[in-house]
Amino acid sequence: MADVALQPSSTAAARTAQKRSGLRNVLGRKSTIAFLMALPLILLIATLVIYPAFYAVHLATLNKSMARFVGTGNFEFLFKRETFWLVVKQSCIFAITAVIFKAVIGFIVAHFVHNIPAKGQRKWRGMLLVPWVIPPAMSTLAWLWLFDPSYSAFNYTLSFFGIGPIPWTGDPYWARFSVILVNIWVGAPFFMIMYLAALKSVPDQLYEAAAIDGANWWQRIWYVTLPMMRNIIAITTLFSLIVTFANFDIVRILTAGGPLDHTHIFATWAFRVGIEGSDIPLGASVSLFMVPILAVAAIFILRDISKRGNEA
Amino acid sequence: MSRKKLSRRQFVAATALTSAAMITAPYVRGAHAAGKLSIGFWDHWVPGANKASTDIVNAWAEKEKVEVQIDYIPSQGNKNLLTIAAEAQAKSGHDILAMPTWWPHAQAELLEPMNDVMGDLIKQNGEVNGTVKYLGQSKGNWLAVPASVGSQIKGPCSRIDLMKKHAGIDVQALYPAGQAPKADSWNLETFLKAAEACQKAGVPFGIGLGETSDNVDSAGAFFQAHGAALVDEKGNLTVKTDAVRQSLEFYKKLISFLPPDVGAWDDASNNKWLVSGKGAMIMNPPSAWAVAKRDAPQVAEQCWTHGFPVGPKGRYAPYLSYFWATWSFSKNKPAAKSVLRALSTPEAIEKMCVASGGYDLPGYANLTTLKVWQEEGPPKGTLYHYPNPHNHQTLSIAAAPAPPKIAQQIYTQATMTKMCLRYAQGEAMEKTLAWAEGECEGFMRS
Repeated sequence: MADVALQPSSTAAARTAQKRSGLRNVLGRKSTIAFLMALPLILLIATLVIYPAFYAVHLATLNKSMARFVGTGNFEFLFKRETFWLVVKQSCIFAITAVIFKAVIGFIVAHFVHNIPAKGQRKWRGMLLVPWVIPPAMSTLAWLWLFDPSYSAFNYTLSFFGIGPIPWTGDPYWARFSVILVNIWVGAPFFMIMYLAALKSVPDQLYEAAAIDGANWWQRIWYVTLPMMRNIIAITTLFSLIVTFANFDIVRILTAGGPLDHTHIFATWAFRVGIEGSDIPLGASVSLFMVPILAVAAIFILRDISKRGNEA
Repeated sequence: MSRKKLSRRQFVAATALTSAAMITAPYVRGAHAAGKLSIGFWDHWVPGANKASTDIVNAWAEKEKVEVQIDYIPSQGNKNLLTIAAEAQAKSGHDILAMPTWWPHAQAELLEPMNDVMGDLIKQNGEVNGTVKYLGQSKGNWLAVPASVGSQIKGPCSRIDLMKKHAGIDVQALYPAGQAPKADSWNLETFLKAAEACQKAGVPFGIGLGETSDNVDSAGAFFQAHGAALVDEKGNLTVKTDAVRQSLEFYKKLISFLPPDVGAWDDASNNKWLVSGKGAMIMNPPSAWAVAKRDAPQVAEQCWTHGFPVGPKGRYAPYLSYFWATWSFSKNKPAAKSVLRALSTPEAIEKMCVASGGYDLPGYANLTTLKVWQEEGPPKGTLYHYPNPHNHQTLSIAAAPAPPKIAQQIYTQATMTKMCLRYAQGEAMEKTLAWAEGECEGFMRS
């Protein structure tokens, strides 16, 4: 009887104790602690990235005066615009060319730096990182003066060799060349430092084995270095592709999209249409158009990485 | 230690007094009794020019017992446009915000009507010019108050010596200081001949064909001189007309006399062109001359600001008006309207114009003959014709008379300068026109 009478209260107490220990267990878990520590960052990203992203989607579904829902009307309108397709083409040319050159230059320079004796290497690493460390808006201003239509320092120098003057920002093709060149100058050090880190992690024994097998320098690169660096190359390329596609400052400062719209990329044209032209929904639609392109690139690259991870 | 006891009567009396004081406190005329007002003014290029606006507002605030906060927002990097867009999205921000040219129309649905203020200001300062009406009015309602600060005409600024020497044109005789212009011979033909002569002499005119405001404004004035518009006031496409074709032919000739890189020029390029002494003429307000006065006095003393050449359909000059607007969600509209009246008195306008060295140009008819433009120099009288004191030319803006929301797109996308460049670079006339027509069709979306 007494047992029966006591049972409910003992069960409740047991449940409370169980709950407490359960909570303690949850709090004690490494994953929970990690989540709690990452929570401020998650909230920050939610506020500054996820909310604006959804807001941009919302804006892109409104008409010009933002008073009416038009669904995909803005995208349908864009697809009929000649300038929009010019911007798509240029964004692809700009991003792909710049990323390829950044990767190649970064790879070559990383090898040079890797072969410098350890004593002097830090100094070189520091100097080579300078273009990447300076805020691009500032360094692009310096480039703007070098490319200035009327007072270009490059043209002044070239004139001593009887060359030029070259319309660096005045001719559509030279202007494209100029904005890509500056982007490569800014971004190549990032590739260099990533590749350098990857190079340092390649075991020397592999090169020794390759040397014993009689491999020349090209075979060592092709069969040892590149396979060992594949994942870092893929990740760096993806990261750089996203950043280069979304570039704004270099083009905005150097050419503002001109001449004749031949250097506009998504971000600069979105700004021109959305802010300068007071058509925010259309500007939001232009900038959102980057998402599917980058998503496809990200899926392919990340799938390749995870496939290789599984194989390993 | 004595302890005073509070009686019931004393307690009731004290409570009543405190309550009365708390209830009546907001109505006591203290230092900031009329509330707060936040203002976003345009940050002037001319050093020290902001001080005149600050002084006028502070004097008004002192008198009206309003706590004022002024932010000077630069147009560098389009910071002012970003602020307008952000405040419009947030439905929160400054009580008064300076808006350039097209932005009152772009934000028309969110602005407090200013009919009452403008009625009084027009009575006080005279009629406003047509461009101010075009940019500041919608369906008969005033969207904002025209600001003298930042408003400007981008007329020709010529080198007296170079024009005389190479083109045989005495610009001071055409536009004598203190007198009406004698510029009947100053037409598009004379202009082209002068451009050719100066180019041959190695000092070409510096007229840009990039996508920024200065370039677009010049193209707009030349198109209007031919009677050309891409879209008419009713919103009809008028790209494929003889007037537009004539404008393109004119520009094709002109481009052959300009520096080869004009397609890449921005708003600073023409200023640098004049100050460096490389060119005989640019189209700009007196800011380039003001810089030359400081950095290249020998250039500045040869500069003369004057009117545009006349074309088959008239003499047009680009007028860019700034406005002071109040959001419909502003928290202190009465105070905003009151300070806008204080900023628009003839005395206040003159004070701001003087502080800007004659750069600012009010849009009111009675205020285009201030002393500042007669006295500024060297050479004395160089700015006399800058404010169009004899109404010698029609003040307009590129892309007018198209409905402002369409015109803003034509202007921002620099459709006219792009057309000129395309045609001058060898594209067939009809192809250029078809391209422009397609662009303008796209600008009509609502």
